[in-house]
Amino acid sequence: MVNLTGRAKMPEQPPEIRARNFKEVPFGLTEEMAIQEAERCLQCKNPLCRSGCPVAVQIPEFIKLIKEEKFAAAARKIKETNALPAVCGRVCPQEVQCESKCVLGIKGQSVAIGYLERFCADYEREMKLTEVPEPAQPTGKKIAVIGSGPSGLTVAGDLVQMGHEVVIFEALHKPGGVLTYGIPEFRLPKKIVEAEVENLIKQGVKLELDSVIGRMRTVDELMSEDGFDAVYIGVGAGLPTFLGIPGENLNNIYSANEYLTRANLMKAYLFPEYATPVERGKNVVVIGGGNVAMDSVRTALRLGAEAATIVYRRAREQLPARAEEVHHGEQEGVQFKLLTNPVRYLGDENGCIKGMECIQMELGEPDSSGRMRPIPIPDSNFTIDCDMAIVSVGTGANPVIFSSLEGVDRNKWGYIVVNDDTNETTKSSVYAGGDIVTGSATVIGAMGAGRTAANAIHNKLMGIKSEVKDD
Amino acid sequence: MMAREYKIIEKYEEVPNVHKFVIRDPRIAKKAEAGQFVLVMANEKGERIPLTLSNWDKKEGTITLYVLELGVSTMELVALDQGDSLYSLAGPLGNPAKVEKFGSVLIGGGCFGIGGIYPIAKAMKEAGNHVTVIMEARSNYLLYNHQNLDSVSDELYIATADGSSGINGHVQEKYEELVKEGKKFDRAYFMGCTFMLMQCSKATKPHGLPTGVALNAIMLDGTGMCGCCRVSVDGETKFVCVDGPELDGHKVDWDELFIRKHIYREEEAVSYQSHACRSLTGYERDQKKEGGA
Ligand SMILES: Cc1cc2nc3c(=O)[nH]c(=O)nc-3n(C[C@H](O)[C@H](O)[C@H](O)COP(=O)(O)OP(=O)(O)OC[C@H]3O[C@@H](n4cnc5c(N)ncnc54)[C@H](O)[C@@H]3O)c2cc1C
Ligand SMILES: Cc1cc2nc3c(=O)[nH]c(=O)nc-3n(C[C@H](O)[C@H](O)[C@H](O)COP(=O)(O)OP(=O)(O)OC[C@H]3O[C@@H](n4cnc5c(N)ncnc54)[C@H](O)[C@@H]3O)c2cc1C
Ligand code: SF4
Ligand code: SF4
Ligand code: FES
Repeated sequence: MVNLTGRAKMPEQPPEIRARNFKEVPFGLTEEMAIQEAERCLQCKNPLCRSGCPVAVQIPEFIKLIKEEKFAAAARKIKETNALPAVCGRVCPQEVQCESKCVLGIKGQSVAIGYLERFCADYEREMKLTEVPEPAQPTGKKIAVIGSGPSGLTVAGDLVQMGHEVVIFEALHKPGGVLTYGIPEFRLPKKIVEAEVENLIKQGVKLELDSVIGRMRTVDELMSEDGFDAVYIGVGAGLPTFLGIPGENLNNIYSANEYLTRANLMKAYLFPEYATPVERGKNVVVIGGGNVAMDSVRTALRLGAEAATIVYRRAREQLPARAEEVHHGEQEGVQFKLLTNPVRYLGDENGCIKGMECIQMELGEPDSSGRMRPIPIPDSNFTIDCDMAIVSVGTGANPVIFSSLEGVDRNKWGYIVVNDDTNETTKSSVYAGGDIVTGSATVIGAMGAGRTAANAIHNKLMGIKSEVKDD
Repeated sequence: MMAREYKIIEKYEEVPNVHKFVIRDPRIAKKAEAGQFVLVMANEKGERIPLTLSNWDKKEGTITLYVLELGVSTMELVALDQGDSLYSLAGPLGNPAKVEKFGSVLIGGGCFGIGGIYPIAKAMKEAGNHVTVIMEARSNYLLYNHQNLDSVSDELYIATADGSSGINGHVQEKYEELVKEGKKFDRAYFMGCTFMLMQCSKATKPHGLPTGVALNAIMLDGTGMCGCCRVSVDGETKFVCVDGPELDGHKVDWDELFIRKHIYREEEAVSYQSHACRSLTGYERDQKKEGGA
């Protein structure tokens, strides 16, 4: 019998409690719940869900293993195409990817693929059943990976398995990229990222932290002096964008990157035990509507805000954040001021923000992205009071890597241009992928690019001619 | 995770409150250029703080930093001993100082800047400039680095706030005096506290002397990722860590910079007062260390 509407409900901390702590919001499915949910899957012969996944996870296959209570085997099945299931199960926008294509979703509720993915990955890790696979025979080739975000970690993992020597260079003192400095603990516990990195190290990947490439070494030096045969650039899109409106440099106006880095990477929520401070606004406004904005606004609540508001210039349906984050934020008391755009920050006599002048927007004709373009309504200005603003309106290409990088072409937004089949840049043997190629996108997208590049690097270094396509 | 070691080879209190550190890091020493800085964490729970590269030895693979003890992070650094390792050390960061053959160059340094201007003066000298250095301190017992600065300058002057050595006053006053004497400069560079940088910039502006200042905005990552080090220069937002640290002193919005620098004043006080080291005097700290060792 087809169970259309019985989708598993994720047990989670009650909103009033979780909105004041940094512990993970959902607890994860129990074994019984996971099996029950797995039983809803129809095991389609032509699984549409798989076509919605950017790395084509073998969804019916892993779900079948859950049904058979082979949880660790299920995790291993996912790992054949996705190296970080515990992460992706938590942060993929499933509602527009795998789950959006699930046949059950047409008439009812799709299978909770993300929950199941998370479940078996957590099971494998917590039960200490993670297997460290034996790498292939050493090839004698050496590859430098710049950046330890999801993209860099994927490239490194794949290449080390193929027998290459891999060194990751990371600018910060901790690995993980956005997974570590951006996405908060209550959504992605750092111990998960740490466990994944530990596994890579066990497989033989070398990790050089505190290593800012472009300054400490250049890409050219890595290749000509340090003996690397290929380089992969996975430095992300970390440069914060500001609105460029008056008053932007008042105190207590943060970029989301700064706010989240203080809170997550530097653990400012444990100040003064951890020495890095972060302001604790009482009335916080976050500008933007993506995952980054949602993470910021929910962090502000947990740091003691009495009011936390999202200001977004488009309409609700257009919020780019994952549906689950919007839903969780709402439950926790986040307010939304939609179709609203700031035009000016207002400061007090101490140079701190005290408010924001905004203009009301309405939706006009669709723009190049196909979304209806927000246009300002004349004379509709009004003021929102606040004592802190967090700007989360997108990011640009990380600048430092380019301080001495010739021959690598970039597009008009500053992102690296690559060959779509190989992720090779316009400079031979230099590859790139993830946000530094696409602009801010998704974890799984960055990982997919990493896999493509790993295969291409392997083929090139080993002189394998035929294009072995990833599946 | 992977063990890192940034060993402190040498460390002592150069003058009261200013500590000299020589640290082993061949990667940074190899690439260091005048005007660049590093980001340092004393321990895992510490802040990332920027410190200027005040010297380096490419052969030995060491770098020299001068640390002015101010608040918790500098205090925690200073509590480390020779033989200890820093938790994190990244660099060299920032753009190298603009060094070319300008002609006659004036270089002024105060507090940690007395250490930090040495590589600048050296590079300016090597580029064929006539180098005039002014160092400033509250009193003569706070001056250091004479020998180094002397070796790379054509003229070396001192300014002290109490007149105990050199002129009674500050860098900008010595500069005015030199101008009155008919000295001509083609370029100025200043490093020190923000107040000093502003005063010096205000002094050189009417004379139209192009002035670079090594700004010390609050930083976090030091790689252009967070934007907390932003300052307005000529109406444009610049990130000190990637666009600087040297920026045009005549175009910096000083008022804004002062306000931004004091954003964490309350937290700094909390952090400082609640810190365990505070309950001990320096002497007690040493006793404890010796006892514990
Ligand atoms: C707050 C936030 C929430 C998000 N939420 C989601 C979500 O829920 N779901 C989702 O799918 N996506 C989400 N994203 C997007 C996703 O995190 C990114 O698309 C993804 O992390 C990109 O991976 P990457 O490997 O390309 O780069 P990053 O994760 O950005 O990692 C790049 C790494 O390179 C390092 N680096 C930079 N420059 C240098 C250099 N010169 N030398 C050495 N190292 C350098 C950086 O320090 C960093 O560690 C979110 C992003 C943010 C910021
Ligand atoms: C490019 C650059 C180079 C520098 N070089 C040196 C140097 O060679 N020697 C030296 O002693 N100092 C240097 N500084 C200043 C040094 O970083 C600060 O004194 C230090 O961070 C203070 O930390 P604290 O916790 O001890 O003091 P706190 O109590 O935190 O603060 C004391 C003062 O330092 C400033 N400050 C606080 N946190 C930071 C931060 N993360 N980054 C920058 N400033 C901050 C604040 O404005 C405050 O007024 C430099 C700063 C910059 C930006
Ligand atoms: S990786 Fe993401 S998109 Fe693919 S199956 Fe897993 S949750 Fe779905
Ligand atoms: S489309 Fe849905 S029902 Fe079909 S295999 Fe995929 S998850 Fe199962
Ligand atoms: S310190 Fe973060 S951008 Fe400069």
